[in-house]
Amino acid sequence: MKNTQNSLGTYLKTHWKTVVFLIVVLIGIGIADQMVNSFVRRLLNLSAIYTIVALSMNLINGFTGQFSLGQAGFMAIGAYTVAIFTVPVGLRATIFYMAPMAPFLANIQLPFVVALLLGGVLTTIVAFLIGAPCLRLRGDYLAIATLGFSEIIRIVFTNTQTITNGALGIKSIPTISSLWWTFGTAIIIIIACFLLISSSYGRAFKSIREDEIAAEAMGVGLFKTKMTSFLISAFFTGIGGGLYAALLGTVDPKQFYFTLTYNFVLIIVLGGMGSISGTIISSFIVTLGQEALRFLDEPMAFGLDLPIFKPGLRMVVFSFLLMVVVLFYRKGLMGTNELTWDFIGQKYQSIKARFTKKAASTQGGDK
Amino acid sequence: MSVLKTENVIMQFGGVVAVNDLNLDIQKGELAALIGPNGAGKTTAFNVITGVYTPTSGTVHFSPTDKSGSVKEVDISGKRPDKITALGIARTFQNIRLFSDLSVLENVMIATHLNIDYSFLSAMLRMPKARKGERLAKEKCEFLLERMGLIDLKAEKASSLPYGQQRHLEIARALATDPQLLLLDEPAAGMNPQETDELTDLIFKLKTDFDLTIFMIEHHMDLVMEISDHIYVLDFGCTIAHGTPDEIQNDQKVIEAYLGVDDDVEN
Repeated sequence: MKNTQNSLGTYLKTHWKTVVFLIVVLIGIGIADQMVNSFVRRLLNLSAIYTIVALSMNLINGFTGQFSLGQAGFMAIGAYTVAIFTVPVGLRATIFYMAPMAPFLANIQLPFVVALLLGGVLTTIVAFLIGAPCLRLRGDYLAIATLGFSEIIRIVFTNTQTITNGALGIKSIPTISSLWWTFGTAIIIIIACFLLISSSYGRAFKSIREDEIAAEAMGVGLFKTKMTSFLISAFFTGIGGGLYAALLGTVDPKQFYFTLTYNFVLIIVLGGMGSISGTIISSFIVTLGQEALRFLDEPMAFGLDLPIFKPGLRMVVFSFLLMVVVLFYRKGLMGTNELTWDFIGQKYQSIKARFTKKAASTQGGDK
Repeated sequence: MSVLKTENVIMQFGGVVAVNDLNLDIQKGELAALIGPNGAGKTTAFNVITGVYTPTSGTVHFSPTDKSGSVKEVDISGKRPDKITALGIARTFQNIRLFSDLSVLENVMIATHLNIDYSFLSAMLRMPKARKGERLAKEKCEFLLERMGLIDLKAEKASSLPYGQQRHLEIARALATDPQLLLLDEPAAGMNPQETDELTDLIFKLKTDFDLTIFMIEHHMDLVMEISDHIYVLDFGCTIAHGTPDEIQNDQKVIEAYLGVDDDVEN
């Protein structure tokens, strides 16, 4: 016991900045939770969910270097699991009015947390079935298979009327409105990912991204390691999907078009493939930016009636941004770096040095 | 006692026979070299031994010594590279294959992944077992880096190291897998005479300090002749000769392979 206290003490001593930062963030969430209106609350919740899903996508795409495009499909499984198991039994007859719910499900109602975890587990099982053949191969097979899966699952959910209520979707899911659900989960997942990446498993992931042949020659089992990363990623995505369903209060297959996946591709490319902090920052920028740029979709933007301001223009902005990033700033916001205190210190020093240099040279020029 | 034994190994790629009838018998504790003109199939032979390729026919047997000291012969032909590495064969690459975007220390630490005894869940929760494993791995790798003279560069990116040090790092990384047999693919390639001399000393020391059997491909004949116990000569995929350096230097077939063919001359 004494030993653990000691190690806690040394931990606090070396990481006090991080601990203080975390406490500030938690207090910030607490204050925001009391203060903000429902619109901002919705946006913040959405940002936190996007952070979870984008981070899990970055785990397999950015850190392990295996291109997976199944995010929308995995989210759908998580979302539908939460929807099916948390809708109050009494309301089910009115929701499933076209075809009654399958009898083996009709009377099961689970607490939200259990349904959420179950969604994660089911997503993981499905991911295992996809990964088992695909991850044995080299190349982009995973991308093709996950993309296909994402469409298949949507069509399956559209047609399994007695389970998912088909195209009508499931309404009246008990919603979460507090920021704590989404932010709490996001913080736990961020920390778990960070610890995972800085462990031997994280190094093994990165070694596969860097050079598969060398990784294998150094004893890293390619299939097993890729599978580990893929399953963890799927689990977190399932959780993210479950929260998404509970945030919106309704799920239907159209929400999970694969265009949803592109949001996350955009986020991780923008934030930096292989950077946790980059993903977090860019999740918030993209989610908030999509709302902030909504004026571009209105015909009377800037007081002019220009023909280009039509619904969808704000998405063009993001496409353009993505192109600029890919062409000129390939590493994204953070590259593979993390926003650690050392990193901030270095940046601060280099910026300071640049300014003092400039100041010195201009002063020299004046005199 | 033989550590690595290949019998009649043939490696065919479509119509091309890269290795044709490879017969090696490497003894425990020796330093053996594989030489031969360009395109003789030396690297292919390494790739067959380390599992990158499955031989078309023939067998590869490896006899690792386990902790209790007993020796067990395993057929490794067609096994996965990571399984073979786990058995105790490590290698370096002819065209350096470091994890270029990662730090020097991380490069070496990746090679300890095969020995970890904690699960990813334990890593995600930073359980005491994971912390201990991480600390031990770090200590071991820092020791190896110290040994290879790279300890001051441990935080640098692997790709930022000069060429010679990248080769050293490859050796450090291979050693971190706890090998019994170390395969070096042209460790002195691109080094000047002085660096080659230093490398010769280093290889020799590593062999005794880590109780290794070393098998290397090398073109620097003075290095090969100086430190090898046995030399195998490969030409057009066949082992045309093997013996001590003296025997090889006077072998008619070897002289022909190196000097007698018009467009295949080495050096």
